[in-house]
Amino acid sequence: MLAALVASAIVVIALLWEACIPFFERCAKRLRARRQARAEGIPAYDPGRERRAEQRARELLRSCVNDEEWDMYRDLGLLRVWGGQTGGPEEGWDLGGAPYAYLVYPHKPIVAYLPQTGQLLNEYCVEFPDETRPYGSVRLPDSDDVLAKWMGIKGDEQRLISSANLHLPGRQIDPRKVARDLWRLRQWERARLERAARAPSRASGSGQT
Amino acid sequence: MRFLRMRPGHGEQLIAEGDVEVAEEERALVEEFRRQLEAGMWAAVPVTSDAGRRRATMVHAFDEIPRETDRVIFFPRAAGGAR
Repeated sequence: MLAALVASAIVVIALLWEACIPFFERCAKRLRARRQARAEGIPAYDPGRERRAEQRARELLRSCVNDEEWDMYRDLGLLRVWGGQTGGPEEGWDLGGAPYAYLVYPHKPIVAYLPQTGQLLNEYCVEFPDETRPYGSVRLPDSDDVLAKWMGIKGDEQRLISSANLHLPGRQIDPRKVARDLWRLRQWERARLERAARAPSRASGSGQT
Repeated sequence: MRFLRMRPGHGEQLIAEGDVEVAEEERALVEEFRRQLEAGMWAAVPVTSDAGRRRATMVHAFDEIPRETDRVIFFPRAAGGAR
């Protein structure tokens, strides 16, 4: 009886150990990374600092983009930026004059698409790595990344697109997610238009009373 | 005119400020502008059109910055992401 209990206990301990190994490995890895960062003089990760950075970045983004674009980013977490080149996003393209646009996500590829049909054209994977790594990371805050893409598209679309790695749709962002985001965007625009249409009538209504 | 630079873990940072009508301050701004571009930054000027639309202009030389501009934003140059 005792032998059976001991054997069972050993099996249970062995199974638990197997299950716990990844957890202990993660802890050890974090500890090593923290020690290395301390040795290199990199300040420890501070969630408060990252939040403040993001807050600052949001304010900067808000001060640069149009009101509609800001509302879009605030509500949907993405920006739609219209393409400005005659043929299409890249040289040699001919979309027959159809307007095209980009969906800009923070720290994700820029997705080019045709708003009339919802057809996805390409993914442009682009980053803005700051190699000075002031806090050990090259990544800009989310809203700064979006603003950098927005300024790049608005200011020099060709240069930005040619700096990016081109991929077919679906390489990094699931096309179903993009389709869902386009649907959300249409709904958002419809609601915004309805609100705008109601606003003057409400104003005139309140003026009559 | 203010020079702002996007930084990881920080958001934008004021790196230089000066009046372009004052020769000494303008010189300092030109030097800082050049230093940022040499460090691999891109520079953009946020612009509001007469119709109120907002856009951005990329500038490659200090002379391209409109004199009345309030701020120039520097950010790391674009690089191709995940392959």
